[in-house]
Amino acid sequence: MLALTLLCAVFAGTVQAQSADDDLRARLNALASGGFDETQRQIDAIAATGDPRAAPALEALSEGDLYFRQSDTAVFIVRKEGSGYRLQDPLTLEDTGTAGRREVKKIRVNNRLRRAIRTALGTLTLRAPDPAARIEAADAIFKAQDVDSIEPLDAALAAETDTDVARHMREARAAAVLASDRPTQDKLEAIATIAARGDRDARSLLTGISNGPDTALHEAANAAIAKVERVQGLWDTARNIWFGLSLGSVLLLAAIGLAITFGVMGVINMAHGEMVMLGAYTTFVVQSLFRTAAPEYFDYSLIVALPAAFLVAGLVGIAIERGIIRFLHDRPLETLLATWGVSLILQQSVRTIFGPTNQEVGNPSFMSGAFEIGQLTITYNRLWIVVFALVVFTVLLVAMKATRFGLYVRAVTQNRRMSASMGIRTPLVDALTFGLGSGIAGIAGVALSQIDNVSPNLGQSYIIDSFMVVVFGGVGNLWGTLLGAFTLGIANKFLEPVAGAVLAKILVLVFIILFIQKRPRGLFALKGRAVDA
Amino acid sequence: MTLRFLSGGLTGGRIVMLALLVAAAILVPVLNLALPESHPLHVPTYAVTLMGKYLTYALLALALDLVWGYCGILSLGHAAFFALGGYAMGMYLMRQIGTRGVYGDPVLPDFMVFLNWQELPWYWYGFDAFPFAMLIALAAPGLLAFIFGWFAFRSRVTGVYLSIITQAMTYALLLAFFRNDMGFGGNNGLTDFKDILGFDIQSDATRAGLFAASALALAGGLVIAVAITASKLGKVLIAVRDAESRTRFLGYRVEHYKLFVWTVSAMMAGLAGALYVPQVGIINPGEFAPANSIEAVIWVAVGGRGTLVGPIIGAVLVNFAKSWFTAALPEFWLFALGGLFVFVTLFLPKGIVGLAKSAVQRLRRMREPQTPGRETKTPREMAAARPSEQAAE
Repeated sequence: MLALTLLCAVFAGTVQAQSADDDLRARLNALASGGFDETQRQIDAIAATGDPRAAPALEALSEGDLYFRQSDTAVFIVRKEGSGYRLQDPLTLEDTGTAGRREVKKIRVNNRLRRAIRTALGTLTLRAPDPAARIEAADAIFKAQDVDSIEPLDAALAAETDTDVARHMREARAAAVLASDRPTQDKLEAIATIAARGDRDARSLLTGISNGPDTALHEAANAAIAKVERVQGLWDTARNIWFGLSLGSVLLLAAIGLAITFGVMGVINMAHGEMVMLGAYTTFVVQSLFRTAAPEYFDYSLIVALPAAFLVAGLVGIAIERGIIRFLHDRPLETLLATWGVSLILQQSVRTIFGPTNQEVGNPSFMSGAFEIGQLTITYNRLWIVVFALVVFTVLLVAMKATRFGLYVRAVTQNRRMSASMGIRTPLVDALTFGLGSGIAGIAGVALSQIDNVSPNLGQSYIIDSFMVVVFGGVGNLWGTLLGAFTLGIANKFLEPVAGAVLAKILVLVFIILFIQKRPRGLFALKGRAVDA
Repeated sequence: MTLRFLSGGLTGGRIVMLALLVAAAILVPVLNLALPESHPLHVPTYAVTLMGKYLTYALLALALDLVWGYCGILSLGHAAFFALGGYAMGMYLMRQIGTRGVYGDPVLPDFMVFLNWQELPWYWYGFDAFPFAMLIALAAPGLLAFIFGWFAFRSRVTGVYLSIITQAMTYALLLAFFRNDMGFGGNNGLTDFKDILGFDIQSDATRAGLFAASALALAGGLVIAVAITASKLGKVLIAVRDAESRTRFLGYRVEHYKLFVWTVSAMMAGLAGALYVPQVGIINPGEFAPANSIEAVIWVAVGGRGTLVGPIIGAVLVNFAKSWFTAALPEFWLFALGGLFVFVTLFLPKGIVGLAKSAVQRLRRMREPQTPGRETKTPREMAAARPSEQAAE
């Protein structure tokens, strides 16, 4: 019994769909006959059906691709093919063979009709099954302030179940109402609706109203603009903070390895940027291997690249420490020169092996795309980098504070000779610390390869910023580096809208130079005798 | 007074260098201009310009040695002073173009016409006069150095921190000069110069003249540096280098001494830049790049830090090698330069001049009946033994 009822329902549904189909097809075919006025009537009728399947045919009509067959006035979407035409069913879009040049005729449109078609399309897409398409249609009406769309919007709103889509539609309707000659009361309501939207578009729309003749509207619009501007101000602040956090996390990643090598060992490693670059190139190599060997697991390439980059950069770091830096203890300024030399050699090596151009590093799927919170667009790769920077920081902090190795490192930082007397193998600690700092830089390179160009010059662009962060934060203090990175990042982003990107950077540099005068050892200075070392 | 300073500081090597420079200032232009091109001793014009460029680099290296070698201030921003001097000269040369520019504007340089500027910015006034431009070429770097040093030395920013903020300074200037709004030609800088003091900048005679000017300026710079370092003030500087706190406790106002030599050094670098620009024909923001400053440091290190003559030799040698490498083996120049940085810091802490000195000393010891066993020390051991001397820094 139940089955029978179901069957009936399905059958009835099919019949109903069938009849709607025929109805629409008949209306489309009717486009072929009559003059422009008749065609316009038909377009309006099609719009009134609210059937989104009519959209392709209308688009084709507007672009002059809708033809009818001379023999039976059936309508087709056509595409030129050789000397004839290829026909496409206007509803199902199925291929229905070809026709000769003389067998079909174009349905002519003028500009008035094109306008009508645009409106009709807007109405049709308001009923599209995909919510995103409906929002897009509503936003298009909002921008155009299309007075004719008020009624279709009302109809669509009545049928709308998705609250988000309904909100967009109400805003679109309000925008259209403002452009119409509806009574003031309606317009005041519309202003309230638009003010609640609170973005740039709303503001420009309201600015248009505030110049109008009606004083009541005038005041309402001005009050609404003030409200919108307040909301805008808040979102701008939120945006600056987010961009600042994002920049800060990049700075933190670039600088944190340096905080170890420079801060703990007092070694000015000018090749630090090249460790970042090595990490980025390791990512490139790992990804290339994945592309050739196992493209289906490409999303996991970064997970493999992380330890690989840590090892590559860390081993190079240990080699630098054992080969050069250990001979230059007590001569910090000269390690600067020697490591600068190393950085030149590394850059040129990479340039020789991989070539001077940028290398293509792909984003895995979980790092592409974006989502929105209110008016704030957050891209996933930036979000992951912020998270990643904080994770690296935490891990490093734990490693320094809670492990035996960290204890040794801190002991050597505070008093090298005393540590050696206590039985700590300072040369080993030096080598491992340098390796750790370099390895962290390599990991940073994996992250930075996702947002920056991977070229031999990658490291150069970070080295000065990294030093600024470490010096600003205070040498030998990881918290200082964290605070320094985010302070500089956020300061930079708040200055940018006011002063422009380049000037903002210059101001930050000047600020650091002045800050160093006030606190020559940075935000968090090491206390005690280590200072004079 | 000066003579007494000089008699103390003018050792053999320095006299030879001064004589060489003066001789070059006279001989090279003569060999270039008076001899026909077919003559075996003829010096081609491109070589004159190239050597002139090396000499301005040498002056920059000398300036750097004055602060690094004698006062322990490792500046990673000397290219900023060099470039500021260069820009002052460039502004003068731009004003000399007059109506011969592409747009033919009698007052505005081409790039300003291009940016649709209506009148000359105030800071371009006066640059049509050569003496004023030269004054600014010295005063602008001098003033910047004075202000920077005033703050930095008073706050006792030393060592690595000072190096890093000098780098920040030149980096900030690099970014600033890249901006079109600054009115210094932005990315492209200043170029297309026509003449200097009424002489065609392309002609052989002008180029020879610029070479002679560079050689004499370098000789002058050397005399000044010798006078400073041989004076009592120079001794205090060395004391500051080797034990800053101790010098301060002895009652010397360390920051004043540092500020003086820092400012003099910056002005010397500015002069070098001013002589550099007409010879290469362009000045752009790239000259501010921190890498340039670091490269200048290696010239000093190669030649021998704290020797005055050494940096001159180092600058000429390294740049000669650079010219040769970039022409013959462009791929390998950075390898060679990088290797040089590492090699010199590890094995030649006193540079070429230091090496020569120790060789001379060893020869003397071998000639005289000596204490046995001394001369068997290898250079490696000597290099390794040296850090302990400098550990006091």
